[in-house]
Amino acid sequence: MNNESVTENKSLLSRTSVGFWLYLMTDCLLFATLFATFAVLRDATAGGPAGRDIYEMPLVLAETLILLTSSFTCGLALIGLATKNKRQVLYGLLATFVLGAAFLFIEVSEFVKLIGEGHGPQASAFLSAFFALVGMHGLHVFVGLLWLSVLALTIWRRGITDKLTRQLTLFGLFWHFLDLIWIFVFTVVYLMGIVK
Amino acid sequence: MMQKYITGFALSLALTLVAYFLVINNETHPWMLVVLGVLAATQLAVQLLYFLHLDDEVGPRLKQLSFWFMALILLIIVVGSIWIMNNLNERMMHFSPTEKNQYMLTEYDKGF
Amino acid sequence: MNIDWSMLLGRLSLDALPDNIVTIGGAVGGVLGVLFIIGLLTYTRRWKWLWRTWMTSLDPKKIGVMYIAVSGIMLVRGLADVIMMRAQQALFATTADGPITADLFQQVFSAHGTIMIFFVAMGVIFGLINLILPLQIGARDVAFPLLNSISFWLFFAGMALMNVSLALGEFSAAGWLAYPPLSTLEYSPGTGVDYWIWSLQVAGIGSLLSGVNFLVTIFTMRRKGMTMMKMPIFVWTVLGSMLLVVFAFPILTATLGMLTLDRTIGTHFFTSDLGGNPMMYVNLIWAWGHPEVYILVLPAFGVFSEIVPVFSRKRLFGYTSMVWAIMAITVLSFTVWLHHFFTMGAGANVNAFFGIMTMVIAIPTGVKVFNWLFTMFRGRISFKTPMLWFMGFITTFTIGGVTGVLLAVPGIDFQVHNSLFLVAHFHNMIIGGVLFGAFAALAYWWPKFTGFHLHEGLGIAAFWSWLVGFVLAFAPLYILGLMGAVRRLDHYDASLGWQGLFIVAGVGVMFILLGVFFQILQLAYSVWKRKELACDSDPWDGRTLEWSTSTPIAEYNYATLDVVHGRDAFWSFKQSGRKRLSNYTDILVPKNSGFGPIIAIVVFVGSFAVIWHMWWLAAIGLIATILLAILVGMRENVERTITEKQIAVTEKKLWGSEA
Repeated sequence: MNNESVTENKSLLSRTSVGFWLYLMTDCLLFATLFATFAVLRDATAGGPAGRDIYEMPLVLAETLILLTSSFTCGLALIGLATKNKRQVLYGLLATFVLGAAFLFIEVSEFVKLIGEGHGPQASAFLSAFFALVGMHGLHVFVGLLWLSVLALTIWRRGITDKLTRQLTLFGLFWHFLDLIWIFVFTVVYLMGIVK
Repeated sequence: MMQKYITGFALSLALTLVAYFLVINNETHPWMLVVLGVLAATQLAVQLLYFLHLDDEVGPRLKQLSFWFMALILLIIVVGSIWIMNNLNERMMHFSPTEKNQYMLTEYDKGF
Repeated sequence: MNIDWSMLLGRLSLDALPDNIVTIGGAVGGVLGVLFIIGLLTYTRRWKWLWRTWMTSLDPKKIGVMYIAVSGIMLVRGLADVIMMRAQQALFATTADGPITADLFQQVFSAHGTIMIFFVAMGVIFGLINLILPLQIGARDVAFPLLNSISFWLFFAGMALMNVSLALGEFSAAGWLAYPPLSTLEYSPGTGVDYWIWSLQVAGIGSLLSGVNFLVTIFTMRRKGMTMMKMPIFVWTVLGSMLLVVFAFPILTATLGMLTLDRTIGTHFFTSDLGGNPMMYVNLIWAWGHPEVYILVLPAFGVFSEIVPVFSRKRLFGYTSMVWAIMAITVLSFTVWLHHFFTMGAGANVNAFFGIMTMVIAIPTGVKVFNWLFTMFRGRISFKTPMLWFMGFITTFTIGGVTGVLLAVPGIDFQVHNSLFLVAHFHNMIIGGVLFGAFAALAYWWPKFTGFHLHEGLGIAAFWSWLVGFVLAFAPLYILGLMGAVRRLDHYDASLGWQGLFIVAGVGVMFILLGVFFQILQLAYSVWKRKELACDSDPWDGRTLEWSTSTPIAEYNYATLDVVHGRDAFWSFKQSGRKRLSNYTDILVPKNSGFGPIIAIVVFVGSFAVIWHMWWLAAIGLIATILLAILVGMRENVERTITEKQIAVTEKKLWGSEA
């Protein structure tokens, strides 16, 4: 690789990472809109259950810890990327995938249980807002898992190329970002929801 | 790098657990909402620095600038919406659903 | 055998075809128009050409032209809606009935607003940015060329969805912002609101991606030596406008998403029962909607800031204050949204706060007006068409601004809200601001891209027709509004004595149509007489970088990337008597890509399926979109090289006689 294309790759990296960062900023506002809606509608339970009546707090704590750990394992994969250690990258991604899937599994089973009990998103404005906010985060996690699988498979087959390095760096940003959003879901929806 | 991730992870875990057990044991404390807000903000800072490496940025610091600008707009929208809607709810939401419909139907022509 | 078609077709059936004489006319006209274009392309065997040189092109100059072409066509459609509305109000509104029923009238004004904002104003702004921004910062491309093409094609898909409603189903009758409860399932069970939601959602996501793209372009692709404080003002306004796009459009996306959930799975965000809150929708839609106004008008300010110095032969007065004014507007435009619903019932504190903020935002705008005027002061002004549009703009926009400050006072707003006074005000801002800005830009930059001028006489005729038409069409609305005429009025009592003023407004529309006719004539005539109207690469003695390259502009914009010194980069080149460099090196340009049009088709079909509840097709659309996203991520080998030698040949040819 000559000098010219090294600089070219570097500027491409900074361009895509700035662009992706800006996308994350737009996503923050998407979530902000849902948070604002939740804050406005959280007491609009229309005679149905309020947050504290339906939250399974131990499970929520488990979700939080799982997602936090997955953010850490994702960081390990990124460190492996810096040292071009393919094994570390793949194991890191595998751990991230398993933890992310576990998070999603708990969330979806909670949703299924709530809907089964008649507390679905159609039951009250509060529940609509709850499902929309938590579900939007879950949807992002799902997209993240899809992206992760595609990246991991390509790295497994082709090794660590410049392009995959770029994309994996962006994925790292995305995954940490989802963790960050979850901290606020955890705090605003759940913890503040059970404060009397 | 590794060191940073471990520190960040440990701090985040600690902050999460502290917040959780504080709430579980003091559901009715009057200052609880504020405490939770502060803990969440602290964790935001921790993750921004230790996971998203916002402080490592070189060059024109576009990420930091856009983050702070976004945060400003986000606060305006969220705080503004809550303020406006609380005010409106207090004044207008004694209506029954039918009255609400009637009222909002006349409202629809009024905006730009 | 009895087949259950609803499994396959959802809500779609023969009932979806139009049944009213006016809608049949619209549908038949639309279908014939599309068939005519398809036929013409097939007959002249231009499909391959269209696909290769336009549809799959990633060149921002071509994407810009496509944006503007779509906007132009949509402008004509939006005007057709106007004619129907004003004809109804001038001729039939006092009699028992005209050809336009009350429900149709509502669809017409909803379509008019939606089209004019999303598919005319937004389109022309994004088109201009594509054409001008990379050139003005001295770049060869935007940051993400494929993303740019995808943005355009999402805009196109949104436009197509909105127009399909002419022939299949109906359009929203809930106004251009679809306030609930009118837009809920209870009051609008048909497909109209769904068409509205999905065409905005799709186009809106395209805008969001564009916003990110242009911001990164401005941040990372500027020519060496062009620091932020040396950027042309147009670039600054684009920066402000795109910051607004990336921070405001997510609010629209989320709000439309919640309205979709209310309508499709029965949630209760904005319904009136089970705790839902329709006022929250109004709050959120305006938290996006007010910044949207500035998204449109800021680039228009930028256009005028380029034009005024060139035609006054002076540098722009108060560059730094201009930059601060732009950034102040960018932030402040997020703090005024409640003034759109002063009357919804908020208390005095809330109304007063937002009223004051609204007055505050007029200050930076005023700063800009004075800057333009001081730029002209003691300049050698030549009143070419771009400058005429500026003069039209500064008068109409100032009147609009003054009425806007009036409306910012909650007490006055309580009197004139919901009236034609308001309608006149915002048309003053959007026609006088955005549209006149776009026309000025067209006249100003046309010769740069084509190598010939637009015919001056016809341009002047178009300007005066538009200006006279504008005054005649909207001055009566101010008066009618003060007399108590509400907006969206399809019938009124003859004894009110309003008909005369409505007729004057109708005559104004005729003048505007005459203006559009002159514009089309001007385009056709100028193309026909292009040899006589030919000009060189710098016909206005320009100041900014785009005038320094050849005309027509090469695919790679600039053969060499000379370092920039000073604000009016090209002006200082000319002053220092610098020669063009010829130390060419190889240039990488993006290869064409079919992803844009293919994504547009998939998204169009998917959204159409959701609108008509064909869930199987929607699922296919969703899966196809995910697969396409993965394929886009896996693209390899996306660029091709233009060699040093080819550049030398091209440059020699392009500069031709100017060498």
